[in-house]
Amino acid sequence: MGCLNFGDMTGQGERWTSDQVLALASDEASRAAAGRLATPGPWSGLGAWGDAVWGHCAGSGSTPYRTVVDLNGPGFHCGCPSRKSPCKHALGLLLLWSTDRDSVPDAAAGPPDWAGDWLARRRDEAGGESGDHAGGPAPGAGETARRRAERRMRRIADGARELEERLADLVGGGLAADGAWSAVQWEETAARMIDAQAPGLAARARELGSIAGSGADAAERLLAECALLHTLNQGFLRLDRLPEPLAATVRSRVGIPVDGATLSASGSTVRDHWAILAQRDADDGRLVTRRIWLYGRDSGRMALLLSYGAGGRAPELSLPVGTAFDAELAFHPSASPLRATLGARHGPPAPCAQPPPGGDITAALSAYGEALRGDPWLESWPVVLAAVTPIPDPAQGWQLADAQGDSALPVDPRCAERAGLWRLAAISGGRPVTVFGEYGHRGFTPLATWGPEPVPL
Amino acid sequence: MHTTTWDELLSTALLGTDRRAAPAGRPGQAPALALLDEAALHAVRRRAGALPAAARARPEPAPEDPRPCLPEAARRRLALLLADRAGPATGRRGSAPDLVELLPQWLAAANLRGYRAPDALLPELLDAARARSDLRQEVLRLGGERARWLARLNPQWKFALRARPAEPAGSGPADRQRVWREGLFAERSAVLATLRRQNPDAARELLAGTWASERAEDRLMFLDSFHDGLRPADEPFLEAALADRSRNVRALAARLLTLLPESALAARMARRARACVSRDRLRGAGPLIVVEAPHECDAAMQRDGVVVNPPSGRGERSWWLGQIVEAAPLSVWPAHLGVSGAAGAVALPVADGWRQELHAAWCRAAVQQRDTEWSRALLGPATAPPGPGESSWRDPAKLLTALPRGERAEWVAQFIATHGLPDAFRMIGVCEVPWAGPLGRAVIDALDIARESGGYPWSFSGVMGLAERCLDPDQADRLQALVGAPDQPEHTGSSPGAFDYWTEAFQRLVDTLRLRAVMRAELEP
Repeated sequence: MGCLNFGDMTGQGERWTSDQVLALASDEASRAAAGRLATPGPWSGLGAWGDAVWGHCAGSGSTPYRTVVDLNGPGFHCGCPSRKSPCKHALGLLLLWSTDRDSVPDAAAGPPDWAGDWLARRRDEAGGESGDHAGGPAPGAGETARRRAERRMRRIADGARELEERLADLVGGGLAADGAWSAVQWEETAARMIDAQAPGLAARARELGSIAGSGADAAERLLAECALLHTLNQGFLRLDRLPEPLAATVRSRVGIPVDGATLSASGSTVRDHWAILAQRDADDGRLVTRRIWLYGRDSGRMALLLSYGAGGRAPELSLPVGTAFDAELAFHPSASPLRATLGARHGPPAPCAQPPPGGDITAALSAYGEALRGDPWLESWPVVLAAVTPIPDPAQGWQLADAQGDSALPVDPRCAERAGLWRLAAISGGRPVTVFGEYGHRGFTPLATWGPEPVPL
Repeated sequence: MHTTTWDELLSTALLGTDRRAAPAGRPGQAPALALLDEAALHAVRRRAGALPAAARARPEPAPEDPRPCLPEAARRRLALLLADRAGPATGRRGSAPDLVELLPQWLAAANLRGYRAPDALLPELLDAARARSDLRQEVLRLGGERARWLARLNPQWKFALRARPAEPAGSGPADRQRVWREGLFAERSAVLATLRRQNPDAARELLAGTWASERAEDRLMFLDSFHDGLRPADEPFLEAALADRSRNVRALAARLLTLLPESALAARMARRARACVSRDRLRGAGPLIVVEAPHECDAAMQRDGVVVNPPSGRGERSWWLGQIVEAAPLSVWPAHLGVSGAAGAVALPVADGWRQELHAAWCRAAVQQRDTEWSRALLGPATAPPGPGESSWRDPAKLLTALPRGERAEWVAQFIATHGLPDAFRMIGVCEVPWAGPLGRAVIDALDIARESGGYPWSFSGVMGLAERCLDPDQADRLQALVGAPDQPEHTGSSPGAFDYWTEAFQRLVDTLRLRAVMRAELEP
């Protein structure tokens, strides 16, 4: 093991809370399974030092699984066949570590070799990655890549023109006309946009198919979404005439990914103590999309990290809610920057329980309004409401009301079935609470509250 | 150009720009796309310029709960137990503890220490109690006023409002009278039950005031509250209820009176019983009980609660005898039969095949009258082999309930040591949790023997589950030694896989006990 440096060498770092550990789980089943493994019984060879926690877990196989967690990241490694990351063993190990110092003692001798090797490899890889970004692509590869990019732009432009024709047909014939577009037709259109390498356009086309008949305001929403899709198409077809931030916004809305080189070239890297406010997974059956919302304690900026898991795998990135860590974020270029990619980290997450400073309802409305000025296609914008009273109303829809006065935000009706709303009501007890969430044109989506420790909603 | 309103754009779009003129666009632009240009401006303006909604009525703030919060570790434990409830319940559990089954005892232990529920977990607690009514009482106690406050807001948690708190709001005499006169049945029941616990005589007076006008099924439920703090002063009321219009009320009143050994009804029953059962000193061959069952069931007997018609298959005379002996105070027998106590009476031979009928009635009386001495005598030694056909009328589990807890556990332990586990399941169920030392050791030994003899582990899963919940966690270390101890059994007859299952089951037992010890420690403030 030599002189490997496992994080801070004081060794006995502050242990996380179980809530922070459970926030890493990819689903409810993992949480439950981890809870069952959070007893010393199945474990042997447990230990923790620096940023590493390790142990052997007796599973159904003949030899125990070797499980090791790198708290800096965090990263997980386990000998079990599960494709989830973190698997139940890694979560169970962390749970036990967080609650039971006797069973998972501080081991000043450091990790055993099998764990140390993995940790060392992992640190090496992390170091190598950041080096790649700085180096940039080789000159010969650049020409091929440029031609590929041009080809893609042409195909997307064809897709955008095709969409424009469809929109013209639809609005020409009337949104309410018989035989106006069905979900199936929009699905076909979406598939054509995927072929055109424009996943952003595809998602909007699919969304149009789901609006019809979805409620009293369906016609208004359909018109608004058609209009915004039309604007996006037009924006893409005139990309060279747009100012750069807006052009970048259009590119990302259409679905052109931002590559690492562009990111580091844009130079908008922000180092800060980023508080992890909320993490949420959405599973559409093919892909799990994980959203992690961060708040920069020094810069006051909000940031959104996205991570994907395909084929039943949990997304790679996983950050414990209720902690903060010193790191650099590269914001994706946009007229209203929010989406970011995690860059170099300068320390492991440390507990950070206080909510960020927030505003009232008017402030939330204007934050979204301001953001729309830069990016008119924004569905919502993250805001902290400093003191609002939840008004439960399963019949008419929930509201969050300012502590003083009679201003309120409607809660997004798509949240109505979520258990988090009732958790919010229970914590508030009819009194004002601080709530973090996203406000958009469909309403407010609560994501976290503080009671007083952070509680995911 | 921007003079068109959103509503105009919308109605044009709905009809179609082919049919209705759209706002003028750029030259050469299709009218439909010109309309979309205009609509996009409006849409973004509407989104960016949205005004706050008018707040609806805010809920009344929940009352403050002065009880202490759970210690941090206990709060996390509760979250895990509740998360397990939502997890997959199917499939083999392997050696992992069954957390859901630990929820009831966790709730009881937390309530015993007077904690309040963590606010964030109230929805999960209410959902759990909604799905499992056996959790409701403890959940609502832990949840307190805030749980009820929350339940009022969500129709799915209505059950929490039906189950009234132990102390109804406003417990002054005037409030009580008002609720008693005007309240719903559940509220009135709660008032009566609460008052009965505090002041049985006042509760009886309250009920007497409206007795004549109550419906028969309500009279029955209200009268049932007399089991709490039954006393001689209740006798006149109960005696009057023997003439009630409802047969069920009459029967309940008679049963209550038999529980008052000094009551006139008990004396009448004792007289009847003595007339039927006596000691025969004439036959010479030692002491003997002879039985002369009643020949008729007269009006007086019926008024005292004796049911005339036997269930099919039973003779009516033995049916009447059984009811009389059951209702007579057990204290009459020793003197009447010339023996020193219950054990002497039970040991006497009974003539002409009446033994089963007589002893069965004594068993019922011992359980009803909660008579320790008679229950002990009727149970006999735990090591005795069961008599032929005894299981049909002698229920040790019921008789055990009248014994002091320590003695009860001791008896069951001996029973298990002698007869094994198969017939002990219900007896174990009436023992105090956590199991006393001897009982716990007996169960562990019996399980170990079952394993070593190559028994099917699956036939013991019920006892295993019970052991996980009820064994004293201090037994974990003793058990650990057994987990991997025995060699593979040599019986070739034992089914393949049974050995692994046993190992797994013992490991789960140990883990569960350790977990319960941790849970118990976490609740200490």
